[in-house]
Amino acid sequence: MAECVNDSDAESPINYGDYVVLKRGDVFKSVQVENKKKVIFEKQWFFLDNAVGQLYGTMFEIEAGGSLKPKAVKRAGDSLDSKEAGQDNRHIVDDGRSQKLTRDDIETLKEQGLKGQEIVQQLIDNSTTFKDKTEFAQAKYIKKKKKKYESDITVLKPSTRLLAMMYHGREPGKICHLRYDTLAQILTLGNIHAGSKIIVFETCAGLVLGSVMERMGGFGSVIQMYPGGGPTRAGMESFGFPSHFHETLHEFPLCKVNALLAGTLDLSEKDTDSQANGSRIAESDSSQETSGVSEEKNSEPQSMEVSVDPQEEMKRAEREKLREQRAQEKKLKMEEKRKKLASAAALLEGRNADGLVIASRFHPCPVLMGLLKFVAPSRPFVVYCQYREPLIECYTKLREQGGAISLRLTDSWLRHYQVLPNRTHPVLLMSGGGGYLLSGTTVATDAAKARNQHKSEEPAAKRLKLDEISSSCDSSAKAISVV
Amino acid sequence: MSFVEYSELIQEGDVVIIFLGHDSMMPVKVQSGAQTQTRYGVIRHSSDLIGQRFGSKVTCSKGGWVYVLHPTPELWTVNLPHRTQILYTTDIANITLMLDLKPGSVVCESGTGSGSLSHSILRTIAPTGHLHTVEFHAQRAEKAIQEFKEHKVSHLVTVRNQDVCAEGFGITGVADAVFLDIPSPWEAVTHAKRALKRKGGRLCSFSPCIEQVQRTCEALLNHGFEEICTLEVLLRVHDVRSVTLPLPDFGPEEGCTSSTQMASDLSQEEVPNTGNTSVICKTATPPREMAGHTGYLTFATKPRD
Repeated sequence: MAECVNDSDAESPINYGDYVVLKRGDVFKSVQVENKKKVIFEKQWFFLDNAVGQLYGTMFEIEAGGSLKPKAVKRAGDSLDSKEAGQDNRHIVDDGRSQKLTRDDIETLKEQGLKGQEIVQQLIDNSTTFKDKTEFAQAKYIKKKKKKYESDITVLKPSTRLLAMMYHGREPGKICHLRYDTLAQILTLGNIHAGSKIIVFETCAGLVLGSVMERMGGFGSVIQMYPGGGPTRAGMESFGFPSHFHETLHEFPLCKVNALLAGTLDLSEKDTDSQANGSRIAESDSSQETSGVSEEKNSEPQSMEVSVDPQEEMKRAEREKLREQRAQEKKLKMEEKRKKLASAAALLEGRNADGLVIASRFHPCPVLMGLLKFVAPSRPFVVYCQYREPLIECYTKLREQGGAISLRLTDSWLRHYQVLPNRTHPVLLMSGGGGYLLSGTTVATDAAKARNQHKSEEPAAKRLKLDEISSSCDSSAKAISVV
Repeated sequence: MSFVEYSELIQEGDVVIIFLGHDSMMPVKVQSGAQTQTRYGVIRHSSDLIGQRFGSKVTCSKGGWVYVLHPTPELWTVNLPHRTQILYTTDIANITLMLDLKPGSVVCESGTGSGSLSHSILRTIAPTGHLHTVEFHAQRAEKAIQEFKEHKVSHLVTVRNQDVCAEGFGITGVADAVFLDIPSPWEAVTHAKRALKRKGGRLCSFSPCIEQVQRTCEALLNHGFEEICTLEVLLRVHDVRSVTLPLPDFGPEEGCTSSTQMASDLSQEEVPNTGNTSVICKTATPPREMAGHTGYLTFATKPRD
């Protein structure tokens, strides 16, 4: 087990089938490395085949024909800097003619296969105003041009950080606008760590699920509650977890929660496929039987109708066999599904989960009230919602119902800074909102409490006198002095 | 109990968090025969704590009750004895995510301080990772070692009592991540680089002042670090409550629209039928004051050697 976890320590090269994250500047894209697959990223297309065998973290440049070439050493330079620089812009006039290269010229340079850096140098050399610009303006100009013409791509190992930033940048709608700093809060406030049993309900493309699994490192179990026909896991798949991680992942349909809570959950799966169900017990023998039957069927018509084209007959038999096989596969799949359901139900039934994470587009209130019942006392839970009002409702409901303490409704602000000599300031654009969180800790409910000899729920102040009488023997003097 | 593993029942030697009420908690080390005084009266460890389930309600001698909670790094952070200024959960959460920490990670930290971040790191990297933490203050280092032992995480951590700016972290080429919370982080960048793995790793530096950030970024750039990024995260805690908004009186009016009716059209909240002069609505208000600044977090990637 330990080796599995530390395998990231080894200098593992990029392989076919790996899920990787491509990076250009601060834009990311997650892809699976496949043989001769065309990848389109940032208006460029290329093949990842040449990346196979290279180490993670390698930077590539795109060559003609879309092949990647590992970039030699560090960019040799800020040789782009010119020594000359102006003091201010009082003499710089925007006449639209400062760049001597035309659009076509630049296109030609590109077609000649000039490197990005060389194009940028050409642009600088042909800019009449460049040397009059201030040092800072020159740096800004170079940075802007570099971003446009230097198109190096780095291939990285996926991580929560990269994928959360990627989703937030590319497809925030798919993850309910969950910003990465909010996801960070979820994982920490939820005390997600190896060895625990965590319930996750999310409609964030599997990103939250994946991040929880990363933090658990393949130790413990994750039960994904899913709405509709099946769980969404694209985001989780992008993490490229080793196979033993998947053994810790369980799934349970939300529509069966009530049945599970009521103890009426039918694990025999009648509603979906009664036939598969009926023959389930005798599965192992029946599989032999059916194959026997099919053989019989094959031989029977052969002996009776000799006139039939033997080839036709063969085909039919084959078809029959295939159908038989498919039915068998389906049956196996059903059986597999039933087993999975049973194992997830068994994990939930103990009602001793170590944590609950909710991040979905559904109204969080019923989800939280339903799923909190599966969590052990003294465990954290975290509910994410893009909007604040539903969480206010959750808060109020939990307060009424009890069973949870330390309730906190929060959101966070994230501010990035540009840090450069004499040019340090907050980045101009910041994210308007990363969603809201309701977090808290479960405690034993009073029903469970009853066996602990304790009675009605009364505020401490009211009960003070009563209890004082009963326990006056101990520390009564102190107690009275406090009162 | 351990800070890296949940357990169901309270045992002797455990650290438990006594929850007294809103924002009022205290850590207690459970010892048979011991007593703890709270404002609700005395808690007797042998009868009230040992053998009880974490999360249960305990009635104190004066009739008031408290909850006993399983310790977590987050609860510890708000309950630990301060020996220094500490990092709080909001920053810790972002540090953990942005440093790519997970089970198996090898992490360097300096200084150890009061161990607020250390506990959180240990929770995340257990059971296969390791934390190398450096604290130049001998007494603080000693105290941290003792705490890690009490919290049953000492197998996951090495505390070194040395000056990180002069002597580094005491390891070379094994770390996945480095965290610096020292007055002059730029002086430790070389050591951080040496501690990180050959294949690269992540670095974070926490500084309250922008001048420190400036020098750190410069040093990072000079040492070939990439993806240098400085950010700040602020947490807003919203206070959920009902507020009452009185309705204005426009005087009697011909026709059917009274001001109360208008209000009830606007919001579905019930208008109390007595008086008809106000509307109650549930809302969340921001606190009057909030932590406006803790520190700037500067992150960077060390590329492959």
